[in-house]
Amino acid sequence: MSTVMARPGDPVITPALIAEHGLTPEEYERLTAMLGRAPTFTELGVVSALWSEHCSYKHSRPLLRTLPTQAPWVLQGPGENAGVIAVGDGLAVAFKIESHNHPSAVEPYQGAATGVGGILRDVFTMGARPIALLNSLRFGSLDSARVRWLFAGVVKGIGDYGNCIGVPTVGGEVVFDPAYEGNPLVNAMCIGVLREEELMRAVAQGVGNPIMAVGARTGRDGINGASFASEDLSDENDAKRPRVQVGDPFTEKLLLEASLELITSGHIVAIQDMGAAGLTSSSAEMAARGDVGVTIDVTKVPVRETGMTPYEILLSESQERMLVVARAGHEDAVREILAKWDLSAAVIGEVIAEPVYRVTEGDRVVAEFPGSRLVTDCPVYEPPAEESAAAVERRRVDVHAIAPRAQEQDPVWTLTQLLSSPTIASKAWVWRQYDSMVQTSTVRGPGGDAAVIRLRGTDRALASCIDGNGRYVALDPRVGGRIAVAEAARNVACTGARPRAITNNLNFGNPKRPEIFFQLREAVAGIGEACRVLETPVTGGNVSLYNESPKGAIHPTPTIGMVGVIESLSHVTPSAFTTAGDAIVLLGHCTDELGGSEYLLRIHDTLAGAPPTCNLQAERHLIDALLDAIGKGLVRSAHDVSDGGLAVALAECCMLDRERMTGASVDLTAWPALPERALLFGEAQGRVLVSTSTPDAVVAVAQRHGVPARTIGTVTDASHGLVLRTGTHRAVASIAALADAFHLAIPRIMDGDTPAEHAVAAGHAPVD
Amino acid sequence: MKVGVVRFPGSNCDGDAWHAVVDHLGVDAVYLWHKTASTEGCDVVILPGGFSYGDYLRPGAIARFSPVMSAVVAHARRGGPVLAICNGFQIACEAGLLPGALLRNASLRFVCDTVRLAVQRTDTMFTARYAPGQILRIPVAHGDGRYTADADTLTQLEAEGRVMFRYVDANGEPTSQANPNGALNNIAGIVNAEGNVLGMMPHPERAMDVRLGSADGVALFESLLAKVAA
Repeated sequence: MSTVMARPGDPVITPALIAEHGLTPEEYERLTAMLGRAPTFTELGVVSALWSEHCSYKHSRPLLRTLPTQAPWVLQGPGENAGVIAVGDGLAVAFKIESHNHPSAVEPYQGAATGVGGILRDVFTMGARPIALLNSLRFGSLDSARVRWLFAGVVKGIGDYGNCIGVPTVGGEVVFDPAYEGNPLVNAMCIGVLREEELMRAVAQGVGNPIMAVGARTGRDGINGASFASEDLSDENDAKRPRVQVGDPFTEKLLLEASLELITSGHIVAIQDMGAAGLTSSSAEMAARGDVGVTIDVTKVPVRETGMTPYEILLSESQERMLVVARAGHEDAVREILAKWDLSAAVIGEVIAEPVYRVTEGDRVVAEFPGSRLVTDCPVYEPPAEESAAAVERRRVDVHAIAPRAQEQDPVWTLTQLLSSPTIASKAWVWRQYDSMVQTSTVRGPGGDAAVIRLRGTDRALASCIDGNGRYVALDPRVGGRIAVAEAARNVACTGARPRAITNNLNFGNPKRPEIFFQLREAVAGIGEACRVLETPVTGGNVSLYNESPKGAIHPTPTIGMVGVIESLSHVTPSAFTTAGDAIVLLGHCTDELGGSEYLLRIHDTLAGAPPTCNLQAERHLIDALLDAIGKGLVRSAHDVSDGGLAVALAECCMLDRERMTGASVDLTAWPALPERALLFGEAQGRVLVSTSTPDAVVAVAQRHGVPARTIGTVTDASHGLVLRTGTHRAVASIAALADAFHLAIPRIMDGDTPAEHAVAAGHAPVD
Repeated sequence: MKVGVVRFPGSNCDGDAWHAVVDHLGVDAVYLWHKTASTEGCDVVILPGGFSYGDYLRPGAIARFSPVMSAVVAHARRGGPVLAICNGFQIACEAGLLPGALLRNASLRFVCDTVRLAVQRTDTMFTARYAPGQILRIPVAHGDGRYTADADTLTQLEAEGRVMFRYVDANGEPTSQANPNGALNNIAGIVNAEGNVLGMMPHPERAMDVRLGSADGVALFESLLAKVAA
C-alpha cells in the first residue's frame, strides 16, 4: 500500500459533502472501514460513482440474481459489456439494452444520441460488429407541446447518431401515456454479430501490460456529481456547462472501426467503453474481473481542457472513449491502428500484481483502494416492499361496470379511435427518420411484429423486438413482468423465429419507497418465471431507478429486448395479410380481459382492473405451434394480438402495408358469452392471427400442440372493407378510413402549424 | 475487370456497394483508401454513401479535398465511369464532377423509405438494361438530398437529357408527393456531359435482392459492368 495524499486545494470532507456525493452515513462508514482511514476528495468521488445506483445495482442486484441466465447457447451472460449467444454456423450475436432516461428528459437530442452511442460501444467492445439498433420510448401525451418537443428531439437524436454511424435502426416501440409526462423513457438496444472465436471480454490480464486510453480526449462534460458547487467547479464558465454529454457519431464510427481492428489484431487483451463514471468505472471493473491490480496516472490521460483535477479526469463522461489493455511491447502497433483512423492512444497506466486500484497524479498517489473490493464490496440493499393500497384498489375495479360511451354503439367508431391512438397508430413518422436499411441485411424493418436481419453468409436470420407494457405492470407487477417477456417472445415467433434470449431494462421509480420496491421485486419475479418457461435466459441489461418527477413515479416499465433465430430465410413471415381468399385462423383463445387495456385508457381515460392473465405454458405451446406451422410452409402471415385487442390486430393485418392493403371478413360469433367490447378490444394474451391458404392443416398443427385454433374469417379485397360479425353487430369499416386513422394520426399531430422539429432546431423547450 | 469502392472516414455504405458488386455480380472489387491518391487501376469507381468526415461543414465539402479524390477526378476526366451514390453524389458535386448541389431536405428531416424512380433514358452506360420509362423501387436514406442548380444549369441538364432518374408516383407522374426531399424537377440522379459520371441520391446497392424488398438496382450495376467489360 502507498501513502495517499490529499491534494492541496481539495475540499474538506464534511457530512454535507458526503451527502452531496449521494453516500449515506452508513456507506461512508463502510468506505472508511475498507480503507482503514478517511478517504481523499478524489476517493470520495470514485466511490460515489461506483456505488451509485447506476454502477452498483445496489437495490436490484439481489433481485437480478434470481433471473435465469443459462442455456446451452449462451456464451456470455450478465456481467460483461453485453451478453452473447451462439446462433449457429459458428456465428454469435452480442446484444444489450440500456437507458438514457434522465439525460433525455433534460436535453432530448443529445440525451438520446449519446444513449445510442453508449450501447453501440458496449456491443463492439465484445468484438461484435453492430448490425442493428432498436429502441423503446415512452412519452406523456402528445397533446403537450413540451412532450412533442421531447418526442421530436429524441427521435432526431436517435436517428442522427445511428444514421451517421451506419447501423440500421430496425425496430422498437413508442408508447404515449400521461404516466411518463415528467419523465420520458429512452431505452436503446444494439445487436452485433461476431464469430464465436472472436469473442472479447473486458478482463484486465497480464502483469506489466500497459493500459491505454483510446479515442476522444477527456473533457469536463458529464462529470458525475457535478451538481454540487465545489470550488473546483464553481468557475463561472463551467457552471453553465450542460450536464448532458455531447455525442459525436463520426468519432464513434472511427472508434468502431479502430476497435474491431484492434480486437482482431491480437495486440490487445481487453477493451472496455468508458461509459457511466468514465475512466473510474471502466478501469476498476476491468481490474475486478481480472483479479489483478491497476495503476493509472491521470497526468497521462489526454485531456482537451487545462487544469483538470484527478477528480474530474476520473469522473468525466466524455463520449467516444475506450480503455484498452494492450500486450506489453505492442503499444506502437496499437497506436498505428488508431492513427489509421485518425485517432490517438496514450499509455495511462499498467496492470500490476499488487491487488490495489491506485490512481496517481505524477508521483503523488491521490486514490488507492484495496483490490477488487471497490467493486465487489459495494453496499446491497433489500428495502421493505409493500404494494400500495391504491394499486390494490385499482386492480379490484370492476371494469365491466364502466358504462360504454354513446358512440360505442358503433364498434367502428371505437376501432377508429383506437387506431388513431398514438400508442397504436403507425410510427412511420418516427422510423422514416431512421436509416433502417444500411448494411443491406434488413429483411423486415420497423412496423411489423419484430425486425428481421439476415446473417450474411448464411441462410439464417435474427429477429428482434422490444416490448413492455407499463399499464399491466402498474396493475399487477408479477403478471406484467410475465407478459412483457411472453409478448416479446410471441412477436419474434410471428416472424418465424425461435425466441432465444433477452436483455432487459428495468425502468422504475424510487426503490426506497416500499410500493416501488414491491413493483421491482414482483416484476423481476414475473420476468424470471416467463424466461424459465420460454427458455429465454437473461444475458444482461440495465436498471434505471428514480424515474420520478413532481407528478409522481412513472408506470413501472420493464422493457424486454428479445432476440430469436430464424433457421431459414424462407421462414420469414410478414405481419400483414397478403392474399385475398386466404383463411384467417386465430391461434389461442378469446377470454374476458378488459383490465389495463388501451381501450380503457383511450376511450375511458382509465387505468383499472386486473391485467390479462398470462398462462406461460400456453404461451410456450403457442410459439411451438406457430413455428411448426411456419416451418411447414403453412403460414402466409402472422400477427400478435396485443394493444387494442382482436379488432385492432385485424385492422392492422389489413392495412399495415399501405402498398398492399386488403380487407377481411370475420365472424366472431363463436364467443357469444363474451361482452362485445372485451371480444373486440380486450387484450387477452396468447393469441396470434394467421393467414393461410390451408386452414385445416394449420388448425391440425395447433391441435397437436394443444393450442386452441379456429378459422374466423377470410382475407378479401380491400374494397370489401373490414367486416366484423359479433353476436350483436355486423360492423363494416372502410379500409381507407381505418388506414387514414392509423397512418396519419401522428403526422397530423406532429406536422401541424408548427412542426416540432423547428423547436428542436431552435434548441429551446416549449413550456405548457 | 476491377471495381474500386472509395472509403472515406465516415463512409458507411462502402460495404454495401462492395457486396453488390462482389456477391451479386461476381466482379472483383477493392476498397480505395481516402489517404491514397490512386484509383489502383480500377475500371469503375464507386463513391459510396455515408457521412464522410461526419458531414462537417456540409456534406462532401471536406471529402473533395482528400488525396483519393484527385485520383478519382483524373479517372473521370479520362472517361472512367464513376457511380456516385448519396453522400457520393454530394461529394461529386463538391468536387465539380457534376453540376448543382444537394440541399437539406425540404422537410428538414432525414428520410428513409423505398421510393419510385422513373428511368429517363436507357441509352447510357448506367441504364442500358432498363426498359424505357421503367419504374423502379429503390431505397433512399438521406438528410440532404434536395437537388438544386441554377436555372441555366437546370435548363441545360433537361435539354441535354442528363436527368437519369426522377421521383415519381405509382402512375409514373413526378408529383410533389412522390418527391421525398423537394428536389427541383423531382431529380433523383444526373450524369455529367460526357455521360461517365452518374450521381444519384437513391441507393441502387440496397436494391439487389427481392428478399430485402427490391432487386431493381441490379440492372444498373449490370448495365455499367457490361459496358465496361465490352
